[in-house]
Amino acid sequence: MIVNQFLILSAALFALGVYGLLVRRNIVLILLSVELMLNAVNINLVAFEAMLNTTEALGQVFAIFVITVAAAEVGIGLAIVLMIFRNRRSANVDELNLMRW
Amino acid sequence: MSFADWISEPVNWVFLVIGLAVLVSGFRVVTSKNVVHAALFLVGALGGTAGIFLLLSAEFVAWVLVLVYIGAVIVLFLFGIMITRAPTGLDEGLDSERKVWPAFLSLAVFVALAWGSVVAFGTNPVATTGTPTVTEILGESLLGRFVIPFEIVGFVLLAALIGGITIARRDLTPVEEEERVSA
Repeated sequence: MIVNQFLILSAALFALGVYGLLVRRNIVLILLSVELMLNAVNINLVAFEAMLNTTEALGQVFAIFVITVAAAEVGIGLAIVLMIFRNRRSANVDELNLMRW
Repeated sequence: MSFADWISEPVNWVFLVIGLAVLVSGFRVVTSKNVVHAALFLVGALGGTAGIFLLLSAEFVAWVLVLVYIGAVIVLFLFGIMITRAPTGLDEGLDSERKVWPAFLSLAVFVALAWGSVVAFGTNPVATTGTPTVTEILGESLLGRFVIPFEIVGFVLLAALIGGITIARRDLTPVEEEERVSA
C-alpha cells in the first residue's frame, strides 16, 4: 500500500463534500456534506500516521479530536436548524435572507 | 512502482473495493433526492472509512468512528430530518438550480489536492501493515502529551451540550410562565 492511494481517496471525498455544500439547499443536507469533508480529513490524518509511524500515534490522536469536534458541531448545528425551522417553517438556506442585503 | 505491481498486492484489491464503496455512497449523499436516503448513504461512506482505518492499522479510531458517527451522529441527523420535514419522500427542491459551477469547483479542488499529493509523496509506502496500533500508546498520548487539548475538547463537548439544550429549548409563552409560577 502506498500513501497516495489514501490521499487521493480522501481528496475525492473532500471534493464531493464541497459539491454537496454548494449545491444543497436544505441545511441538514449541508451538514451531511460537512461531515463528508471532515471524514476526508480524518482519512488523511490516519494515512499520514501510518506513513510516518510516530511513537505517540499523533495522527490518530488528532483524528479522535476531529471526530469529537465534529460531534459537537452536529449537536449545535441541528439545534440551530431546529430553532430556525420552528421560527420560519423552512430549513432551506436560500429562504433565510433576513440578514442579506 | 507500476500499476501491475500495485494491483498484485491482495490488500490493494480490498482497498479498491472499500474505496469504491465509499466514493459511491459519498456521491449518493450529495445527489440523493431523498433526505433520509442521503443520511443512510452517509452510513455507508462512514462504514467504508472505518474499513479504510482498519487497513491502515488504526483499529481504535475505526471503532470510535463507528460508535460516534454511525451510532450517534447519524441518529441525530435522522432526528433532525424527521423534525424539520414531515414528508420524507422524493423532493425535487433539495438542490439549487446552479450545478455547473459547483461541479467545476469541486473538480478543481480534487485535481489540486490529488496533484499536490502525487507530486509531494510519489510512491511513499505506508509503514505498517497488519500490526494494529496498540491502544495503550494512544491512551498514553491522549493523557500525557495531549492532556490539555483532551480536556479542552471535553469542555467543548460540555459547552456544545449546554448550548444545544439552550438553543433548541422552546421558550414558554407568558401564560405558561404564569401557570408554572403559580404551580
